[in-house]
Amino acid sequence: MRSPVRLERRLTQPRWLNSAIPVFSLMGALVVGAVVLLATGKNPLDVYWRILDRGFLSQRAVTGTLRTATPLAFTGMCAAAAFRLGVINIGGEGQLYIGAVGAALVGLWIGGSAPVGITIIVMVLAGMLFGAMYASIVGVLRSQFNTNEIITSLMMNYVAGIVLNYLIFNSRSYWRDPRSVGFPSGKPLEKRTFWPTYEVFSTSVSFGFLLAIAAAIVLWVVYKRSRLGFEIGIIADSPRAARYVGIRTKWTIVAVTAMSGALAGLGGTSQVGDFAHYLDAKGLQLNNFGYTGIVVAALARLNPLGAILVAVLMGGLTNAGYSLQGPDFPSGLVGTLQGLILFTAVAGEILTKYRLRSNRNAVKAVAV
Amino acid sequence: MNSNLLVVIAASAIFYGTPLFFAALGGVFTERSGVLNLGVEGMMLIGGVTAAWSSLHVGGSAWFTVLVALCIAMLAGSILASLHAFLCVTLRANQTVAGLSITIFAGAVGLSSYFANIWKAAQDPVTRQVRKLDVLGLADAPILGPLLFNHTILTYLSWVMCAVASWYLFRTKIGLQVRAVGESPQTADAMGISVVKYRYIHTMLGGALAGLGGAFYSLAIVPTWVDGMTKGAGWIAIALVIFGFWRPGLTLLGAYLFGALQSLGTVLKARSFDIPGDVLDALPFVMTIVVLVLVSTRFAHKRIGAPAALGVPYEREER
Repeated sequence: MRSPVRLERRLTQPRWLNSAIPVFSLMGALVVGAVVLLATGKNPLDVYWRILDRGFLSQRAVTGTLRTATPLAFTGMCAAAAFRLGVINIGGEGQLYIGAVGAALVGLWIGGSAPVGITIIVMVLAGMLFGAMYASIVGVLRSQFNTNEIITSLMMNYVAGIVLNYLIFNSRSYWRDPRSVGFPSGKPLEKRTFWPTYEVFSTSVSFGFLLAIAAAIVLWVVYKRSRLGFEIGIIADSPRAARYVGIRTKWTIVAVTAMSGALAGLGGTSQVGDFAHYLDAKGLQLNNFGYTGIVVAALARLNPLGAILVAVLMGGLTNAGYSLQGPDFPSGLVGTLQGLILFTAVAGEILTKYRLRSNRNAVKAVAV
Repeated sequence: MNSNLLVVIAASAIFYGTPLFFAALGGVFTERSGVLNLGVEGMMLIGGVTAAWSSLHVGGSAWFTVLVALCIAMLAGSILASLHAFLCVTLRANQTVAGLSITIFAGAVGLSSYFANIWKAAQDPVTRQVRKLDVLGLADAPILGPLLFNHTILTYLSWVMCAVASWYLFRTKIGLQVRAVGESPQTADAMGISVVKYRYIHTMLGGALAGLGGAFYSLAIVPTWVDGMTKGAGWIAIALVIFGFWRPGLTLLGAYLFGALQSLGTVLKARSFDIPGDVLDALPFVMTIVVLVLVSTRFAHKRIGAPAALGVPYEREER
């Protein structure tokens, strides 16, 4: 049996594919999602319209969407940064928690006394440092012992979640509010340390979101203009070639994994500084920001600037999920759609390497 | 005698290790054919939710209902696995990200949770469970009773499957061909073996076993549906395939080791040992990392048992 189409290797990659593939992936996911919705007795058009409305169109929708997009932009860049090197760091989830732990520690410690600007800068640095340190365990194990980073980074997500639970629920740690008796919660930060928000066209934009955009620009410059970016490209294409030309592959793996963790740590920092203003052990674990970041990275095709755009898209979807959740719009639906988007994005990647050719012409050619 | 701590831990290690073994054995089949499946966690959860639903809604005798529930769980797991095979084998996608997409799609906040919500699978505890048996009336025998004669039917099935899997992979012609596909698909193709067919079948077999493992959670361990109830077991199972050097027997031992770690918290808490619960909770995850590091250092150059073509898409045109 011959299939009607066959795959033929592309010799060049046209530039238009860079934007065409994500768009088609998204459309494909919506079509498959519609099938799932129909099969479970929901009207897909109605569901999609309500997501669009609550995510982007209705009053103050974009404010909520950007709020959700902020951590997703960071975790998306975290995944993208590591994936670019071929290091599959799926520990963004745990690195985000640990970044939040670091930021909350500093915020609680110096927030009352130090000038506000200094506090924010030190919080940012601490969040990055904590995320980077936590991720570098994965990087060191991978580069020194060749340990599978997928499993180690994932296991460390669970460990980080347990650390959060321990700090807030099961101990009398520095992070826990001693006044919270019945239901333990994190110690609140001083009001003056809250990160600023800016009103743009009656939409609140958090400082963290601007930070994400700045980080994306820095990353883009690193990839395009710096030596590190150049070396990352070579290692990803051919580790052997990289070794032959004297690139310190092991060092680069550790450095990039740490950088990737720092980005996720910034996501956790922004959760503390922008929104929660305490170490929110439950809230951080509720949202799966780290895992959704993988979807963001894949759909953005590992481009940091693209990650911002896709994060807003995924943020809208997640945000709509929050506000619509109920018997009519069960939880799990948003995750299902996001999984489908990742699925079609992975499938769509085939078009960068191959083109589809009809087999009918091939048969004719042989006949002639 | 039966309350001897070691016996209790060993018996519950077998209980908690059983779903790990099913999922890991599925991984052995899948990876032996050269496909890396990181979707195990998602497949386990889909198996768990479909089994819970079936157990609540399928009529008939208890045995029949449980049997149907297990079959549906395996079917659901293998359908999901066929999607993975479609991505990895037909579309030659990156197997790592493909597997991740399956786990995110079906995972704790994805399709399994959606199904649980629309089917209301989590509302009632599962009444028709996979229960522990009293084999030959020896369940109360000293020491050997809890170790050998007081398990669920699925545990006994897993022992049979372990033996059958070893025989299949290492003693039959088809098993040899499966390994050939995983070691060198070019050679296998030249021998006239259909790489695509073998990879599809063994990926789906792996998915079915992952689904069965998930069903063990919702029908035996908890036994009711809770969103994300496998709590990373699917990922530990993937690591177990590596610890077991891609061999069913060693994988069974590894599964029981990690079953012991998972059950330690429950067992020790029940006996009011003063060990922080969080430390015990973290133990399986930390130990996975430790063992993985040990295995990867010592055998870094040999990688004993790893199929050579694992994770590499096969492209016939590129020979």
